[in-house]
Amino acid sequence: MSDVLNGLLHLTSMLVIPGLAYGSQLALGALGVTLIFGVLRFSSFAHAEGLSLGTALTILFTIWLQGHGVSLGVLPTALLGMLLAMPVMALIFIATDRALYRHFRRINARAEVFMIVSAGVMLMMNGVIRLMIGADGRDFEDGARFIVSARGFRDWSGLAEPLVIKTSQMLTIAVAVLATAGLFWFLGRTQAGRSMRAYADNRNLALLSGVDPDRIVRLTWVLVAVLSVLAGVLFGLDKGYRPFVYQQLLLPMFAAAVVGGLGSPIGAIVGSMIVAFSELALTFAWKKALAYFLPAAMAPESMMQLLSTEYKFAVSFLILVVVLLVRPAGLYGKVSR
Amino acid sequence: MSRTVLLYAAMAAALLAVGLLQSWPLALTILNLCLISVVMALGVNVQWGVAGMFNVGTMGSAAAGGLAVVLVSAPPVRAAWTTGGGRLAIAASILLATTALAVVIWRGLSGNPLLRGVAVAATGLGGVLLAQHWFLPATAAIEAVDAASAGYLGGLGLPVALSWVVGGIFGAALAWPIGRLTAGLRSDYLAVATFGISEIILAVLRNEEWLARGVKNVTGLPRPVPYETDLQAAIWVQDLSAWLGWPLRDTASVLVKLAYAAWFLAVLLVIWWALDRLSHAPWGRMMRAIRDNEEAARAMGKDVARRHLQAFVLGSAIVGIGGAMLVTLDGQFTAGSYQPLRFTFLIWVMVIVGGSGNHRGAILGAFLIWFVWVQAETAGLWLAATGATLLAPDNPIRLALEAGPAQLRYVLMGLILVLVMRFSPRGLIPEATPEPPK
Repeated sequence: MSDVLNGLLHLTSMLVIPGLAYGSQLALGALGVTLIFGVLRFSSFAHAEGLSLGTALTILFTIWLQGHGVSLGVLPTALLGMLLAMPVMALIFIATDRALYRHFRRINARAEVFMIVSAGVMLMMNGVIRLMIGADGRDFEDGARFIVSARGFRDWSGLAEPLVIKTSQMLTIAVAVLATAGLFWFLGRTQAGRSMRAYADNRNLALLSGVDPDRIVRLTWVLVAVLSVLAGVLFGLDKGYRPFVYQQLLLPMFAAAVVGGLGSPIGAIVGSMIVAFSELALTFAWKKALAYFLPAAMAPESMMQLLSTEYKFAVSFLILVVVLLVRPAGLYGKVSR
Repeated sequence: MSRTVLLYAAMAAALLAVGLLQSWPLALTILNLCLISVVMALGVNVQWGVAGMFNVGTMGSAAAGGLAVVLVSAPPVRAAWTTGGGRLAIAASILLATTALAVVIWRGLSGNPLLRGVAVAATGLGGVLLAQHWFLPATAAIEAVDAASAGYLGGLGLPVALSWVVGGIFGAALAWPIGRLTAGLRSDYLAVATFGISEIILAVLRNEEWLARGVKNVTGLPRPVPYETDLQAAIWVQDLSAWLGWPLRDTASVLVKLAYAAWFLAVLLVIWWALDRLSHAPWGRMMRAIRDNEEAARAMGKDVARRHLQAFVLGSAIVGIGGAMLVTLDGQFTAGSYQPLRFTFLIWVMVIVGGSGNHRGAILGAFLIWFVWVQAETAGLWLAATGATLLAPDNPIRLALEAGPAQLRYVLMGLILVLVMRFSPRGLIPEATPEPPK
């Protein structure tokens, strides 16, 4: 019996909780991808840099706040810094849209043109981040590291396997749940959210009904800014901030959005969880867990790891390929060819 | 036409100015990298300019081309083959058999999607675990062979120029499945899929040390040109150096770089000639027709997906050739040096700035953008030095200038890209639109 308990604890600490946290971070990012796609009709290559820039701003604001003696006790101060970074990011996104994307919307440019322009934005943001904060990594998490620490749990339970829950993991899951709930409330229950969905659904019909397109676009960028800062900061708190790691989030975020169906918010969340758990499960060394669950004679000798962890993001690509083969529109998407 | 001549003359003058004001070896280094960039830009131009496809996986094709240089021209490591080759072959055949079995199951169970998915997944899982049984010890053994200098299978020891052709084949072979997969889907999917595959190719190259030493790099690859030290010993080089009044080292270095430039120019001219012929052939007209109005072309009975696939594979092959040439010029394969900003998006800036759809434009764009990319750092350092005399030592602008000449060029490239897209989307040398029939 204690074997099964130990096995479950091992899986919870090493797979379920990290998976939920990573999936939540991806979901916040993928929601941004899918919102941009739904309303503005293109895939933004600058999205990962947006996360990175938002986090870099948050770090600077956090340092400034800490300098003034502000602290949230057990929670990281970055939660406050984040609130300051959001309006700045919203302004940056809206200014970018005004200067660039709006023109291409007006001339009704092809989706590829938007993607190329977003690549230009990506290059610029990348340079700005390097100038602003340097290329080195930073750890900006303060407050309590763990909610449940390995030693504390072992002493309390007397089991061999510990349960480990980091503050950043619980925080990520909680914030992501609140944020998505807020987003769905906004999209479903408010006038502005409903006109946004109408505009995404059928642009001409929405315009005929008197929806102000500029307002919709501004609103979208504000939402994208909030989601980007949340995703970036939570990822940074969890894994440590390194400016260029965020580029590697682009593919999982895209994959999550495509799996769920581009333009579908609920799809983005489901897709993110699929991507996150597949990544972890395929690169997880199952040896220890199997040893707990299987009778001693059947315990595996090898690590039972399908892919080495360096290939984590290859998994998102694999999922992407499967979805493109089987159901190109994604789980919740409309067929779009 | 005169505009084209003028722009090309200005570019040549800029390179000459580098030679006269900075140094000739530097000017020739820039020229060689310009020529390689041109080849890559021509590849992207076939995809975007001619066919209108947004491929964000240029880096992957370039790296695959680079790998070809290692696999073709590096000396073989026989000890590694004897110790791990057999087991590696077993693992490979297991994976092949698994794939074949999965395809058979996929086709056979088309009536039951759930069972089909589960069966295929289980087959794949079992195959991978079984193959690992041979693969892991084989790679460990290979990587242990003379780990400091080898630790990989090595290449075939063939002439390096052959690897450029193989690089093209690698580029094409990688592009084909991706093209097949995304042909007919929205352009976003092609972009995301190509972006993904290029990252995965790089992950494989960085981590699979048995293949090309991973991040430990393969150095000392053979060259298609003589070595500087040999040239310095040759009588005619010594005479030439005395006649020019240059140091012997510079003379030899310039000669080597000129030899590279001749190779690259020859390849470039062949590719350009072929592409030009294609553009004027019915194929080129058909591609432009598809690009400009897909629906109309489809209505005329053109197989759009198939043509897209052709352009995609052709373009990737050309980028692969460029990637192989780059590794040859460097004399080493450094898996860690491939970054999407440098190998994908920079090439894109070249094509867009030069004038997409027009090979002359793409060539000029490649020259110009590589030149700016290299010289932006020089200019940034100069700006920082000038700023140092004008601004207070703790002025944040000055600190940023000093910290970031290399960083500023990303901002500069992004800015150039969006400005061209916004104000001059047809680029410096716009594609000539044929006269409408009278």
